[in-house]
Amino acid sequence: MAESGARLLVVDDNKVNRLLLARNVELLGHRTERADNGRVALEMLRAGAYDLLLLDIAMPEMDGFQVLEQLTADPALRDLPVIVTSALEGLTNVVRCIELGAEDYLLKPVNPVLLKARVNASLEKKRLRDQQKALVRRFATSAVAQDLEQSGFALGGRYVQATVMFSDIRGFTALVESQAPDETIELLNAYYALMFDAISGHAGVVNQIIGDGLMAIFGAPLPVPEPALAAVRAALDMIELIELFNVERAAAGKPPIHIGIGIASGEVVAGYTGTQQRATYTCIGDTVNLAARLEAHTKVAGQTILIDGDTHAALGGRCATEALGAEVFKGKAAAVPVFAVAVPR
Amino acid sequence: MSAPTIHLATFTELQDTAGADFVAELVDTFLEEAPGLLAELRRALAAGQAPAFERAAHSLKSNANTFGATTLGALARSLELGSLAAAGDGQALDAVADEYRRAAAALQELRHG
Repeated sequence: MAESGARLLVVDDNKVNRLLLARNVELLGHRTERADNGRVALEMLRAGAYDLLLLDIAMPEMDGFQVLEQLTADPALRDLPVIVTSALEGLTNVVRCIELGAEDYLLKPVNPVLLKARVNASLEKKRLRDQQKALVRRFATSAVAQDLEQSGFALGGRYVQATVMFSDIRGFTALVESQAPDETIELLNAYYALMFDAISGHAGVVNQIIGDGLMAIFGAPLPVPEPALAAVRAALDMIELIELFNVERAAAGKPPIHIGIGIASGEVVAGYTGTQQRATYTCIGDTVNLAARLEAHTKVAGQTILIDGDTHAALGGRCATEALGAEVFKGKAAAVPVFAVAVPR
Repeated sequence: MSAPTIHLATFTELQDTAGADFVAELVDTFLEEAPGLLAELRRALAAGQAPAFERAAHSLKSNANTFGATTLGALARSLELGSLAAAGDGQALDAVADEYRRAAAALQELRHG
C-alpha cells in the first residue's frame, strides 16, 4: 500500500495536531491534505476522491460528530473510512463515533505505531470494499448497482429480513422424457421468461435456477416495503401466467404444466458469493430451507402455494388463505404452521 | 510541584518518530499558537462561554501532552473537565499561564538541543 500511497484528509482545528498527524501519515508513504474544520473538510471530500479521513471531534463551525452524520447521509461518501483522533475523554464519545460509522477512535496524543496499524487496516478494508463494488457493477445492471450503493446495502454478508420463494414444475421429469430436447429447452425458456416477469414485477430477485426450479428473494439485496405480500402476489401472478401459457399449449396440442410454490419469511444471511469471474447474490439460512421444504410439500398437500406462519402473519388477511395445521419438516426441530394461499379459478 | 515540566522520554520519542527537525518546527508552531489559546481561555471566561472555554482548554491539553508537558497538560485538563467553574476568579488561569511559561522555556531549550 505504501508505495502506491493513499490520499488522506486530516481534519483538526489545532495546527500542532494537524501538522503532527499529517507528518505521521506522510511518513507511512501517504499523501495528505488538511482542513481546519468540519465544514471545509466536507467541501474537500465532495470535491475530490479520498481514501481515508482522519477526523478531530472538538472543532468550531462544524464538529466531528456533525461531519460523521453528514457522511452517513451522503451515498457518495458513506463508505469513506473515518478514523477519529481526539483528546476528548469518556467512553460515550467513543461509542457515539463508532455508532456514527467511524472505523476507530484514537486518543490523542496518537501513538504513531497504533496509527500506522489503524490506517493500514482501514485502507485495506476500503480496498476490499472498492473491489466488491466493482464486482457488483460487473454482475448487476448499472441501475441495480447504483440502487445497491444508495440503499446502503452492505456488500459483505449480513442478516436481513426477507421472504424467500421456491418454485418448480410438477412432473417435469416425465414431461422431459415425453418430448424432444429442443422442445424442453423452448418450454423452459418460455416458462422462465414468464416467472421472471411475475417476480421482478413485485420487486423480487431470481437468484438461482436449477433445472425447472427457481429461487427468488424479496427484500434483499434491495429493500422491499412488504416482502411477504410482494412474494405472495408474485406467486399468484405466476399461477395466472401459467394458466394463460397452458391455454396456448393446449391450442398447440401440448399438455398443460403445473407448478408448486413454497414461501417463507424471516431472517436470512445474505451476501455475494463466488469468485471474481462469477459471483451471485444469495441467501442462506433456516428461512431458505423452510421455503424449499414448503415447495416440496405442495405435492403432498395437493396445494399450489404454501406459506409459513411468518409470511401468513405479514399478509394480515390481505390474501385469502387456508390453515393446514402444523407440519414437521426435515431440519426443523418444531412443527411449523402451514397455510395454503387460495388460488382464484 | 515535583513533576518535571517536560517528560523527557515523551519528547525524545516524538523526535525519534517524527524527526528532530520536524519537531523543532512543531515546537515553534505550538509557541505561536498557545498564547492565543491562553487568551481565548480568559476571553471565554469573561464572556461566560463554556463551550469555547472547554475547547481552548482541550486544545491546550492535547498539545501539551504531545510534547510531554505533563503538568501543563494536567492543569489544562482540569479546566477542560471543570469548565468555567474550575477557573475560579482566574487564579487557575494564572497557574496555567505560569506553567506554560516554564514549559515554553524548557521546550525552547530542548528544541535547540
